[in-house]
Amino acid sequence: MDTGFQPLDGLIVVDLSQFLAGPYATLRLQDLGARVIKIERPDGGDLTRNLYFSDTVIDGESTVFHAINRGKESLALNLKDSADVERLKKLVSRADVFVQNFRPGVIERLGLGYDRIREINPRIVYTSISGYGPDSPWRDLPGQDLLAQARSGVMWLNGSAGDGPVPFGLAVADMMAGAAAAQGILAALVGRGISGNGAHVETSLLEAMLDLQFEVLATHLNDGGRPPERAGFRSAHPALPAPYGVYPTQDGFLAVAMMPIGALAELLDLDALRPFADDQGAWFRRRDEIKGIIAARLAVETTEHWVSLLEPKGIWVARVLSWPEMLSEDAFVHLDMVQTVRDALGTELNLMRSPVRINGRRGHSDRAAPDIGMDNDAILREFGL
Amino acid sequence: MSVTPSSPTDLPLEGVRVLDFAQFLAGPYAAMRLADLGADVIKVERPQGGDLCRSLAVNDQWLDGDSLLFHSINRNKRSFAANLKDAGDLKSVKALIASADVMIHNFRPGVMERIGLGYDVVSELNPRLVYASVTGYGTTGPWRDKPGQDLLAQSLSGITWLQGNDADGPVPVGFALYDIATALNLVQGILACLLRRGRTGKGGLIEVDLLSSGMDLQFEQLTCFFNGERTQPRRTEISNANVYGAAPYGIYATKDGHLAVAMTPLKRLAELFALPALGAFDQSDALKRANEIKPLLQARISERTTAEWLAILEPADVWCAEVLDWPRLAESEGFAELDMLQTVRNGAGSEMKMVQCPMRLDGSRLPSPLGAPALGADSDTLLNELGLA
Repeated sequence: MDTGFQPLDGLIVVDLSQFLAGPYATLRLQDLGARVIKIERPDGGDLTRNLYFSDTVIDGESTVFHAINRGKESLALNLKDSADVERLKKLVSRADVFVQNFRPGVIERLGLGYDRIREINPRIVYTSISGYGPDSPWRDLPGQDLLAQARSGVMWLNGSAGDGPVPFGLAVADMMAGAAAAQGILAALVGRGISGNGAHVETSLLEAMLDLQFEVLATHLNDGGRPPERAGFRSAHPALPAPYGVYPTQDGFLAVAMMPIGALAELLDLDALRPFADDQGAWFRRRDEIKGIIAARLAVETTEHWVSLLEPKGIWVARVLSWPEMLSEDAFVHLDMVQTVRDALGTELNLMRSPVRINGRRGHSDRAAPDIGMDNDAILREFGL
Repeated sequence: MSVTPSSPTDLPLEGVRVLDFAQFLAGPYAAMRLADLGADVIKVERPQGGDLCRSLAVNDQWLDGDSLLFHSINRNKRSFAANLKDAGDLKSVKALIASADVMIHNFRPGVMERIGLGYDVVSELNPRLVYASVTGYGTTGPWRDKPGQDLLAQSLSGITWLQGNDADGPVPVGFALYDIATALNLVQGILACLLRRGRTGKGGLIEVDLLSSGMDLQFEQLTCFFNGERTQPRRTEISNANVYGAAPYGIYATKDGHLAVAMTPLKRLAELFALPALGAFDQSDALKRANEIKPLLQARISERTTAEWLAILEPADVWCAEVLDWPRLAESEGFAELDMLQTVRNGAGSEMKMVQCPMRLDGSRLPSPLGAPALGADSDTLLNELGLA
């Protein structure tokens, strides 16, 4: 079979979204072979171009923008100008997927709501990503990642008892909403192959955050609404018993996953653990006490000592690595998750790649993110606009 | 994919058959999402005990002899019990594979090949099959045999240094984030391959792993890292929410709770919080002097209640939010309107509540009210269908 054939080859995605959730969804589609055309305001474009995150700026634009928009084309259009709106509609008539993440109601006011676009192109998969759902009493609140995390309850799962809420150190709500959107789009495209009809796919940051917590929420919802209780000592999961967690060693940290306490008592030669060996209920009920006993032992030797002792015995442990440490590992190099791309000015940058391999190969694109309107002439000509 | 939907509200994957050989979370969660989207998902399980997750309880919660955790990951599936080391059972499984569109497994590298169900063999048996594999760290390389467990993959990937504050040491995400993110990538790969099959008639091999998915989750921060000094960034001393996030980005304690504050120019903060001391900082200081700015803000925010601050900040369009826990979220109007809960009932008639698929298709939720199957519950039906009874 032709292993070089990217699954979404030939599909056109018209992407009106900004920031992360929508553009992350279309990045995935791009990795799978689709052609993604960003529609941007001529003055400034996608707001992420100037997002003041990190000090790292590449060719005048935020590094983060480059990471999210590699391999895409940019068509600068003013959606308040009727001639530009007509151009967009003509483009949409030839597109397969339409993505937008304006606040609820905005896209309809622009005359580009689902009902209107479907008239132009009944086969289109139209995608809307919002913060909290289109009919929510929260619909007008900013659909920003940290704020959606704050409202979703998720901050009470990270960190340990006594910590207060601990947010993720990355934009997890945006990414999960983008992943949900990508799935909905792909499923709708599969459905279109059967029925010939497009569809409207909708998701939101809050829905995606609830889905992300589905496993732990299930315990809460079916347990009389008991709130999650993080362990007092280095919690790593509110519903899992000892030893689950991260422990300091003499020179670093060791992660220990679910493991029978009896096996640990033997291997660590810890008499104090032995009384707990057969009392599984205590592994949860008295987890801070048990973890404390384990922690005292692990602290007196190096991480390497423990890994070389425990790993061969089938105990689920891992060193806790920083980024520089991870990068020096052969295993990381082997994954081939980093690529070098060159932008329009010839600047080289290192970007992450697709986390999915198809027929043994990662999605490949060595094109960087576009300048605003970089592809206007080519696209206007190609589509007769 | 032989079923023709009669209306656009039919589920997009109706008629697609998925065999779920996977255990625990990543593979079964991907299969569950495909079930949400309309696929017929059949778990292929060991006759003794089945999916190990059936006996892995969190919070010591059980339902009809299986862990609640298992039920939450395996709703709307069927179960076919087979011993892959038994020649007779293997023959049945191969017949099942010949009837399927997708198969998912998460055995360690090499195991499926030894059983005789590696991609090369299976793709000859069914060239239209989309074959999906989940591993911890890829199928080659020095970490291929390490346990593909969520916390361990988090620990190896650097993400534990993104949560918490500077003095905290590593802070992992408090649930199986990497399993879930890996599953989402797998679903995308499978769906894309089904699309390609619609045009070429041929299946394909999809591979995902926890570590690559963890890298992808960190892609924004890692891009800053790779194209900067390549030193480990430090979290702020208080209120960290992103190692590359400028002040005020973070969580602050109020008199009675917590307030999240996202990107806001320092000038705006100085006005709204009546903090003239912030005037000493230029906007370009917001990242590198965050450890001076955040304590000033924290001291001020702790003087009033969350509601008092929201009354000032929200009308001014500052990006802020009250930090909710689950009980407060569940009481909120925003949650009620979202309609994310469903009640699921299994074959034994037991009910449980769980969240549903986080998307709407043509304005409708994709409810999936059928619970997880008892081990081997559908073996007879399927053997009959395949003429193997």
